[in-house]
Amino acid sequence: MNRLKNILKGIITDNPTFVLILGMCPTLGTTTSAINGLGMGLATMSVLILSNMVISMISGLIPSKVRIPAYIVVIAAFVTVVQLVMQAYTPGLYETLGLFIPLIVVNCIVLGRAEAFASKNGVAASALDGIIIGLGFSLSLTVIGFVRELLGSGSIFGFKLIDADGILVFVLAPGAFIVLGYLMVLFNKLKTKIS
Amino acid sequence: MARESSLFNMVMTLFVICLLSSAILGVVYAVTKEPIEASKVAKTNTAISKVVSEFDNDPSSEVFEVEIGGKSCKVYPAKKGTEIVGYAIESFTSAGFGGRIVIMVGFNMDGTINNTSVISHSETPGLGDKMVEGKGTFSLQFKGKDPASFKMQVKKDGGDVDAITASTISSRAFCDAMNLAYEVFKKCKEEQQNK
Repeated sequence: MNRLKNILKGIITDNPTFVLILGMCPTLGTTTSAINGLGMGLATMSVLILSNMVISMISGLIPSKVRIPAYIVVIAAFVTVVQLVMQAYTPGLYETLGLFIPLIVVNCIVLGRAEAFASKNGVAASALDGIIIGLGFSLSLTVIGFVRELLGSGSIFGFKLIDADGILVFVLAPGAFIVLGYLMVLFNKLKTKIS
Repeated sequence: MARESSLFNMVMTLFVICLLSSAILGVVYAVTKEPIEASKVAKTNTAISKVVSEFDNDPSSEVFEVEIGGKSCKVYPAKKGTEIVGYAIESFTSAGFGGRIVIMVGFNMDGTINNTSVISHSETPGLGDKMVEGKGTFSLQFKGKDPASFKMQVKKDGGDVDAITASTISSRAFCDAMNLAYEVFKKCKEEQQNK
């Protein structure tokens, strides 16, 4: 029961995008389609899980004054690993996400979880935390991408539903803000109902 | 739980973490280097086979560079037996709305454009990215045209090209890259005839 509550916490009550409003840069920048949102979410999630695990392992050895630079080096290393792997095995996705992959380094969610959770908890708990927060982030990005793709290009996961252009503004940057705003309202309504 | 900070242990910790991170990155880089190269080559090859008519050689192994006004383009000759049937020219422009655009243009030996393919771009999704084949009809108008009689400039600038609605800058940039490709083609053809 406690575990279920924890999972709900990451996805709904502490959802990184809609509730904590962290990591807005990739959220607004990459969600032009559901696939892009999902790809970005999963890339961030893999970095989050790996960095959480390593940081929980080494946090006892790091002098507190240099902990932030040390965490950033660890996170940056994993981001580069993910970037190289994506470039090698999913070149199409790598190209669409482009600049946003290296920007995972400065994503507040990753450093935030390292500082707030991983440095104080065990390896297994930190990995689980990475999975839950990562799932919440991926889910939010996919939902935003889904709505923007549906309204903006009239397709779902790349499959054309109607043979028309859609409402262009939703594919562009202003559409990202509009969709994010409305989804945030919906989400907070849902959140109050649950708790 | 974090250790006391002293100059020595701070420097040592960061040193060790950086050392380990770079070692990991080195290994990952070495492992992914080949697949990254392979996926790049595969992409170029797909683009080549899309833009030139049938050939039976390996154009990417016979690539050479041609320089026009300080800009150097890669030229992939397509051959059938020993006879050259066309050139695939990798042309580019930095005048795009989102910066650099790289395209592959295929010319037949009579000077007509066989086909075009966009290799990379950062144009606005839903607007400028309609230049990509399959996303709009823009690139189709170049097919089979001879640039000697078909002026590759948008109609607004006095040319024969129908610009993408609301994306004159992207259309102009595309024409710019096309013209560079044509200059390169003319030079190649001249050299070929002088041989």
